[in-house]
Parts: sequence; C-alpha cells; structure tokens
Amino acid sequence: MDDAYIRIENITKRFGAVKAVDRADFGIRRGEFFSLLGPSGCGKTTLLRMIAGFEYPSEGEIYIDGAAVTDLPPNKRPSNMVFQSYAIFPHLNVADNIGYGLRRSGLSKAERNARIEEALAMIRLPDMGNRRADQLSGGQRQRVALARALVNRPKVLLLDEPLGALDKRLREAMQIELRQIQKNVGITFVFVTHDQEEALSMSDRIAVMSNGQVLQIADPRTLYDRPNCREVADFIGTMNFFEGKVIGTGGDITEIDAGIAGRLSAKNVAVELTAPGNDVLVAVRPEKIVLKTAGAAGLVGKISTSAYLGERSHLQILVPGLKDPVSVAAQTTREHAGADVSLSWPAEAAIVLPRH
Amino acid sequence: MGSLATVDVIGGRYSGGLVRWLATLYRRSDAVRGYTLLSPTVLVMLAAMAAPMALLAVYSFWTQDGYVVDKTFTLARYAEVFSRDSYRELFYRSLYISSLVTVMTVLLAYPMAYFVAFHVSDRTKFVWLILLTIPFWTSYLLRVFAWKIILGYNGVINSGLLALGIIHQPLEFLLYNTTAVVVTLAHAWAAFAILPIYVSLEKIDRSLLEAAADLGDGPIRRFLRITLPLSLPGVIGAAVLIFVPTTGDYVTPTLVGGSDGVMIANVVEVQFAKIGNWPMGAALAMASMAAVGLVTLLSVQAVRLAVSRTR
Amino acid sequence: MRRRGPKRNLGLVFYAVLYLAFLYLPVLFLPLFSFNDSAFIAFPLVGFTTKWYGQMLADSAMHTALWNSLKVGAAVALASTALGLLAAKALTRYRLPGGAAVLGFTSLPLFIPDIVLGISLLILLNTMGMQLSLISVMLGHILICAPFAITVLMSRFDGFDKSLEEASLDLGENAWTTFWRVTFPLVLPGIISSLLLTFIVSFDEFLIAYFLAGTEATLPIYIWGQLRFPYKLPVVLALGAVILVVSCVLVVLAEWVRGLGQGGKRMVGA
Repeated sequence: MDDAYIRIENITKRFGAVKAVDRADFGIRRGEFFSLLGPSGCGKTTLLRMIAGFEYPSEGEIYIDGAAVTDLPPNKRPSNMVFQSYAIFPHLNVADNIGYGLRRSGLSKAERNARIEEALAMIRLPDMGNRRADQLSGGQRQRVALARALVNRPKVLLLDEPLGALDKRLREAMQIELRQIQKNVGITFVFVTHDQEEALSMSDRIAVMSNGQVLQIADPRTLYDRPNCREVADFIGTMNFFEGKVIGTGGDITEIDAGIAGRLSAKNVAVELTAPGNDVLVAVRPEKIVLKTAGAAGLVGKISTSAYLGERSHLQILVPGLKDPVSVAAQTTREHAGADVSLSWPAEAAIVLPRH
Repeated sequence: MGSLATVDVIGGRYSGGLVRWLATLYRRSDAVRGYTLLSPTVLVMLAAMAAPMALLAVYSFWTQDGYVVDKTFTLARYAEVFSRDSYRELFYRSLYISSLVTVMTVLLAYPMAYFVAFHVSDRTKFVWLILLTIPFWTSYLLRVFAWKIILGYNGVINSGLLALGIIHQPLEFLLYNTTAVVVTLAHAWAAFAILPIYVSLEKIDRSLLEAAADLGDGPIRRFLRITLPLSLPGVIGAAVLIFVPTTGDYVTPTLVGGSDGVMIANVVEVQFAKIGNWPMGAALAMASMAAVGLVTLLSVQAVRLAVSRTR
Repeated sequence: MRRRGPKRNLGLVFYAVLYLAFLYLPVLFLPLFSFNDSAFIAFPLVGFTTKWYGQMLADSAMHTALWNSLKVGAAVALASTALGLLAAKALTRYRLPGGAAVLGFTSLPLFIPDIVLGISLLILLNTMGMQLSLISVMLGHILICAPFAITVLMSRFDGFDKSLEEASLDLGENAWTTFWRVTFPLVLPGIISSLLLTFIVSFDEFLIAYFLAGTEATLPIYIWGQLRFPYKLPVVLALGAVILVVSCVLVVLAEWVRGLGQGGKRMVGA
C-alpha cells in the first residue's frame, strides 16, 4: 500500500476488555472520498477519532503523508474534523467561527478575512459573517462547520456523521454538495456514516466495519456486487440468503445443493469455497430474481406481502420449507398477495459466501 | 490545566527515557490526565478532611489529663460514652430532635416542591426557586438568632400577645427547651429540604403521568403510584441532608435550647474549649457519627422497603 | 418533556404562599426591630430611629471583624472556585475509573456536622504545631465551600458540548489556549456564580471559624460575642439586617448569572 496517503497500520483500541477497533490495517489514497461504514458501535467513530488524535491507539501506528502522527496531539496534525454535533462556538459569530483556526496560521488579518470570505462563498452563505452562532439553522451550522475545517487547507478532512441530524431532503442535497466540494478542493475526505445508501452514493471506496473489525474495503460497485461475507452482503442493500453444501465445480460453474431451495448454480466462485461438502451461503439480490407465474421452472411460493413503489414493487414470497421469505424487487404486475409464483435467477447473479 | 504543549516541550527537550515515558503515559491515558486535573482538589480535601478525621479517630483512643496526653490505646473513652446515663440521654435526645426536625421539614417541604414543579409556569419557576433559595444562603447564625428574639420571655410572640391582650402573663414554655430547638431547626433547615425534592420531581417525565391517566388512574392514584415513588430519591436525599448535620448542630441548642435542649455538639464543644479533654470530645464525636450513620442507613432501608411494598 | 399549561390548584397556591411567609417572616423581624427606638426587642413598636445603625457603624471592633471576614471570604471564594473548576472539568470531561467515588468523597463535607470538621481540623493544626489564625479559618472554609463550587461548575460544564473543546484542539489550539478561548467564556457565568456563593457561605459561617480562629475574629464570631450583652442586641439587629440584605442581593445576582446562557433548563441549586 505504498500509495497510501493515510496509513492505518495494525491499529487496535481497547476500552478495558472491549476491543473497539481490532487490527485495522489499510491505506487511504490521496484525494479519495473514503467512507467508514457500519452499524452503531462498530468502531468507525473510534477509528476516525484516532486519526484526528482524540483517542490514542492501544496498538499500532497512523501515518499521514508519510509522517507518523500517532504521538502528535490533535492540534499538531494536518487534519481537521467536522464533528457530529457541529461544535459551532456559541459565543462567536459565523466569521469568527470559520476563522478560528487561522489565528495560528501566520497569515495577515487581510489574508485571513479573504479566506473567510472565500469559505463563506463556497458554502453559499456569503453575507452571514456577522450572524451569531445561535441564530443558525441546522443545515447552516453544518456548512459553517465544514467551512471552518476547510479554511485551514488541511491535508485530510475527517467527517463524523455530519449529515445525521438533517432531514432527508437536506441530507440528499448536502450529499451532492459535499461530493462536489471534495472534487473541487481535492482534499482527502474520511467520512463516517451508518447509512449505507449515503456511503454508496458519495464514496470512492468504503470500509465496512462491524464489531471493531474491517470486513471489506472496496468501491461501492464491488461491495454491492461482490460482498465477501454475509455481514457485508446483509448490510449493503437487501439480500436473500440460501444455505447449501457445495456439490462440485465444473469449468467456472459451481453446483450447490440448497435443500428446499433446490440445486443452485453459481459462476466464478472463489477457489477456497469450492471444496465439495463445504457449507456455504448463496446470496441473491432481490432485483436479480425473475418472477414468473406458477408452473414455470424454479422455486415455487406464494406472495405474502407486496409494497407498491410505482413502477417497481417489493414482494415477499413465502416458500414452503424456507424459514425466511424471499425478497423480490420486480416490475409491478397484476400479481397480488396470495398468488402462486415461481422464482429463478441466472447463475451470474448468485454470490457464494462462507457460511459462518 | 494539564497542558499538552508543556508536556511536548518536556518530552522533546529531554530524551531521558523516564520523562518521555511519563509524557507518553500522560498523553495516552484519559484517566491520567483527568486525575492530574483532579489532584489539587482531592489533595486539599485529603489534607483538610480525611487526615484530620483520621486524627480525630486516633485521639478518641487516647487519654488526656490536664496538658498531658497519654497515647496508649484505650477504649476507656468509648466506655464512658456508652456507660454514662447523661451521655446516653444526650444521644437519644439529639437523635430524637433531628428525627423530628427531618420528618417535619420534609413533610412540609414536599407540597411546596410539588407546587413549584407541577403548578407553576416555566417562567415563574425561576422566581419561585430564587425566593426559596435565598434563605438557604443567608446567615444561619442570624436565622437562629431571629428565633431567639421571637420566642424569648420578653420576645416578639410574648410581647405581641400581651399587647393584644390575648395573654396576661408571658408564656414561659416558648424558649430554652427541646421544643424551641425543634422549631428553630425546622425553620432553619426548611430551605435545604425543598431543592432535592424539587429536583427529583422536576425530572419526572410528564408523559408517564399522562400514560397513567390514559390507563385509568385518577389524580391520587397517579400521585401514589408514579410521582411519589419516582420522587423518593429526592425525598431520601433531603432527609439525609437534614438529619445528619442537625444531630451535630451547635448554634441552635446553645441559643435557644437552654439546659433542657442540650445536644451532642454542646458537650463536645465543652470538652474542647473549656475542659480541654480532647480525647473525650473526640470519642463523643466519633460515637455520634457512628450512631447517626447507623440510624440513617436503617431508616433509608426501611423507607425503601415500605415504598416497594405499596406497589 | 411536553407540558400543558400549569393547573390551578388554589389549595396548593395558598399553601405555597403560607410556606414562603413562614420562611421569611421570622427573619424579617430583624430589620423590623433594628429601626425600633427601644433597647427591648418586643412589641409594641416605640418609634422609628436609625441610631442603632449609627452605633453599629461607629463600632471599630466590628469594622475589624468585617474586614477579616471580607479577606477570608474573598480568599476562600477564589480558592474554592479554582479547585471546583479543576475538579468539575476533570469529572465531566474525562473518563475516570472511580470518578463517581471521587465525586462522593468531595461531597462528604456536606454530610459531616460542622462541629466534627471544626474539631478535627483543630486537632490536625495543633498536632502540626500550627498557630490558629485567619489562615486556618480559610482552610476550614475552603473545605466546606469546595463542594458548592464543584456542584455549580459541574452543572455548567455538563451544559455545554464537549466537542467544542475538541474542535478547538483540532483547529490548532493547545489545551491552555483552548481554555481561554473556548472553555472560560462559556463557563464564566458558573465561575461568577461560584465566587459569589462561596463568598457568602464563608462570610456567614460561624462554627468552624469559632474553632479555628486565633486572636482575630470574623464577623460571625464578633456577633456571637455580642449576643451575651442584652443592651447590644439592637445594634446586632442592625448589623444582621444589613448582612441579610447584602446576602440576598448577592444570591439573586449569583443565580441570575447562573441562569444566563443556559436557555431552557435553569436549575437552581442543581
């Protein structure tokens, strides 16, 4: 990982007996929009705070642009953070908030003011410099927090779930804006979120975390199409799982005996999973499942619920013998609850994952 | 302030291993930095409270005759405390007075706290609370003194009632007895009772009461089943806050108690100031704290038990 | 917490007013009789006079005692507020194992009778061979005032976002400058409130001062000495009235300052 701009080297963080972060080891590239994604308590915020310098790793080192920062306090690191609560100083006005970190930069007063104006323009609040902090709305505060961090021209910008407190519309608008700003400014962003849609839409690469461990790091497309384990597959989007045993592999097709679900085929399965008799999971996305009327070949079941979403509908199909209903996202037809249907999918759509 | 900057300088200038290790420990550990900040306060309290009280305990096991202090360990002082009738009576009286005062103040304060918590608009709450806290902060000595002039033979009550023709002779039972001590203490400590009760009442989530109403409880049942139990920590807190210090009160029994209303603190003061038998005074003080501690513990347990039974 | 408008319960209102009257009335007799032209504190009232105030103001022993109390009070206010500031920051901003126990320990003086605190400090100072003086009084007062300072300041620290200090560090300030640029301005109302309240506690405190003072008397000790002389009582009333008024003003000021900038939750005493 020599092109790593930020190097996370074997980082573990223990709080008492609990491992908040467990042997995280990866690199973030320069200029990347990199997300840490996972449910609450997975360690993503702890990891971010270690990069910022607010937590000290129990083991391991962190490097930014080649220099070890592990022993540096937060004020000496080339990173700036946007806090989840925005942390806007209530006793200062907007301009003083934004310019807070510039006091130590050695710039003249005129230069500082110029930068603050520039920042205000970038976040589209050009005349708000004199506004008091407590007169701002949530969305405005968020932007001021962003400007305050960026105005220092840090090497790395760290964002701790900055959009969580905003309503849906505002959140989506800010997602686009953040991405745009990042592209314009060219700074490496490390973004923490629990919202997988958000991560998928904004990031160049995502690290999916759970219970302190980094499960998979990849670009959004790869994570979606080729998750490497059940947790990642389950966390990103919706996924159907079928348990089965490997029968054998011929060419690039692997056959799996999935009990009630029948004999399933998958393509290009990872070699370590193809040993005959191996316990595996076959994972299929709801939109890859083809719905036909009962009688066609495939898994037979009854529609138990359908959620109408316009052109598409999300259906739950109960297959006798299978514990969980199968989720299908199909074009809206005139099929209604209670109808018998048959399900099938192409071999390329099947993702084989380790059972555990 | 535990400046990280200073630590940087120390770590940088001296490459000595120990200093660097200490500096790293300081930066790494939240607990180390926090306890460093805490240390001056804790040290002062150790020096001004823990060490002196340890010494007090030690003194209670010694003997003093005139100016000579015999430091051989002995339980003779405690034997005196428990054997002499006058001391036993003293303890009972002090505990009795404090218990009475505690019960009275808490019972009287509760409706007041309830009123401010539930029946006053948010804006006026602030005013009420200030009015209720002002007495809390004014001179205890002066408040007790006020009662002395009120209850005296030629005092406010007597002269007022005489002037109005309600009585023809001044009432003698007002001052210099246990009742005077109880009344004065109850008044002086009234303000202490309100705040803890108010705080715990204020914390009660109003939607709990609404839910109870929705499920069929009338106002009295709502109070007994929800408000009262949830405010119990505040009530217990107020009770302990009043009971413990009043057993050791000195000013009130001295000014209004006379010879009938003597409390433990008077006797302790005599031992220290006049007789000069510090070990005896220490033993009395330690014994009284133990007694008070025991009574408090038992009472709190009893109250908790009683309330849990009423569910 | 949703709240519909307060219910009107006349019985409780009546009770509350009565309670408040009971709380204040006895103390109001002090100023009342301090203007009464009689050496006896009794009804009926004789006539209006300010001579007791005149006598009080002329009493030089009282002046010395007042000055001593002011010195002690100011020193104690500064010291206990400083200690309270450090402790409050430590207890609210850091993860401390055993922090709750330490907090309990620092609150102990509230639960130990003053006489015990007084005599045990006396024993300590005597054992160490230290002379009793205003310094020893200060020490005793710092002990009992620190818990108040800690409580007031902790609630102030709790009231503002921890991330504000982290943000300042992140933006390049060190711990010291962060304190002055961010923490101090935001905690200032709490500091002022703590200074005022601890001053009042020290100024009014009698028993511990009584045990620990050497030859120099504080004002409460002076008052105590005067109580023996019936003819001096009206002068004491005058002094007491002034003290009460000043305390009232300081308390109202302290609580008003404390409420500043706290918006919704103005918890007095909490």
